[in-house]
Amino acid sequence: MNQAPLLRVEHLTMRFGGLVAIDDVSFDAGDREITAIIGPNGAGKTTVFNCLTGFYKPTIGRLALHKAGGREFLLERMEGYRIGQTARVARTFQNIRLFPRMSVLENLLVAQHNRLMRASGYTLFGLFGLPVYRQAEAHAVDVARYWLDRIGLTPRADEDAGNMPYGDQRRLEIARAMCTEPILLCLDEPAAGLNARESAELNEMLRFIRDEHKIGVLLIEHDMSVVMKISDHVVVLDYGRKISDGTPEFVRKDPAVIRAYLGEDEDEALPPEVAADLGSRG
Amino acid sequence: MEYFLQQLINGVTLGAIFGLIAIGYTMVYGILGMVNFAHGDVFMIGGFVAVITFLILGVLGLTWVPFALLCMLLIAMVFTGVHGWAVERIGYRALRNSNRLAPLISAIGMSIFLQNYVQLLQGARNKAIPPMISGGVELMTSPTGFTVKFGYMQMVIIAVTTVLMVGFSLLIARTSMGRQQRACEQDMRMARLLGVDVDRTISLTFIMGAALAAVAGMIWLLYYGIIDFYVGFLAGIKAFTAAVLGGIGSLPGAMLGGLLIGLIEVFWSAYFSVEYKDVAAFAILVLVLIFRPTGLLGQPDIEKV
Repeated sequence: MNQAPLLRVEHLTMRFGGLVAIDDVSFDAGDREITAIIGPNGAGKTTVFNCLTGFYKPTIGRLALHKAGGREFLLERMEGYRIGQTARVARTFQNIRLFPRMSVLENLLVAQHNRLMRASGYTLFGLFGLPVYRQAEAHAVDVARYWLDRIGLTPRADEDAGNMPYGDQRRLEIARAMCTEPILLCLDEPAAGLNARESAELNEMLRFIRDEHKIGVLLIEHDMSVVMKISDHVVVLDYGRKISDGTPEFVRKDPAVIRAYLGEDEDEALPPEVAADLGSRG
Repeated sequence: MEYFLQQLINGVTLGAIFGLIAIGYTMVYGILGMVNFAHGDVFMIGGFVAVITFLILGVLGLTWVPFALLCMLLIAMVFTGVHGWAVERIGYRALRNSNRLAPLISAIGMSIFLQNYVQLLQGARNKAIPPMISGGVELMTSPTGFTVKFGYMQMVIIAVTTVLMVGFSLLIARTSMGRQQRACEQDMRMARLLGVDVDRTISLTFIMGAALAAVAGMIWLLYYGIIDFYVGFLAGIKAFTAAVLGGIGSLPGAMLGGLLIGLIEVFWSAYFSVEYKDVAAFAILVLVLIFRPTGLLGQPDIEKV
């Protein structure tokens, strides 16, 4: 094992009092790969994200992020904002959490504030409009523009983010996460509430992020058409335990997964219409 | 008419002071959802730092007025900013995630502490300074012999306040730091996820609010020529009223509210009775809370679903 994976989760356990939300889960998420975490409701998917992004301190476990160049970050030991700032893990939420009373452009600029703050000498130079700061600001706006073009919101850049249609808000949230220049992007149900066309656009965007920006994407998703189409690697959770881990094809045929989703007998085959449905979506 | 104009000038001057203090209340409320009751006393400390600076400059013989004023202003802002930072760091940060009542009680405690701290160190007696800027322009004289006078002091106050408020609004609207503050105000956890150092942003908010209050404290000192350790209580409560009137959490609201409270108080004193001027200001607070709880420019809180 000379090549460490981008993210290695080992023996992650999260207990809330007597409730075990995640029980000894280990998996890897690779660089330039889309890793999907799937599972029935309450399986602990979002809890995994919350542990990764510092919302919860795991009861047990090691969450190691390996940066190119060999630096390793142990996310479970880092303070909240450093996970975004230094380790460069970005995330979106199931329910959209944009800054609704800031403009679309500003939402993207906030995400780039670390570079801006440094360039502005913690605002001192910015007050006097020194060239270093103006260059940094111009660069930040360029990055924001690039993403605005990508998600087709350039004409509405100065409107309040809260006034955008739902699908645009979803993509804006992903764009904002990308503006932090993450090496791991965690998306919590990005396709929830999207129609078929928007969902297809989302797939396109995620592939683009993986292939052009060369980062790892970790995805929680219920929409199987998204999962099966775009993920390189699927991890299945049920009741806080990992029950399957592999390629989409492998996971789809794994009896343990079928059992968890459909709750049927071990030796009974998948009902033909369900199999057909899964197959056609894949 | 002349009398009205004179009161208008006086009211705007007083309103400028309240507006500067109100900004501190409104920013802290916006970001933390708490009322920083110690803010009035931070304002008082600003005045005291200005007195002390004035005396030291006098001892050193540096009495050229513009230089002395600038020195007093900068030193008051810096030292009071440190006090503002310390209040948050000691009194509020540890309580940030507890229930809403705890920081409120802590704020009242901080207020009492700051008053007694200044009383102990500086004594309970009034501190006075001689007028540094006197004279003014006589705008007009009425047939009855009443002269409208726009003092140079008042001009300086209004000019300094306008410059500070414009600059501060630009800082919040345009700079990366201002964006961070607004982001923390709207969704602190999300801001943290984007790598914003929330603790530092909150500290900066307190420092900036305290620095503006220091300017107000110094202006108060210059305008009235006198200051004591208890002055922050009433001025602070009135500035808080101003922030609520304008819509707490809203920056332009705080400025507008300050101006209105200043005008109300001055006009009430001019046309009704000086004794009841505080009643007038607080009656406004009651009316606003009853009929327009979000204030003039405030937005209603929309519950997240």
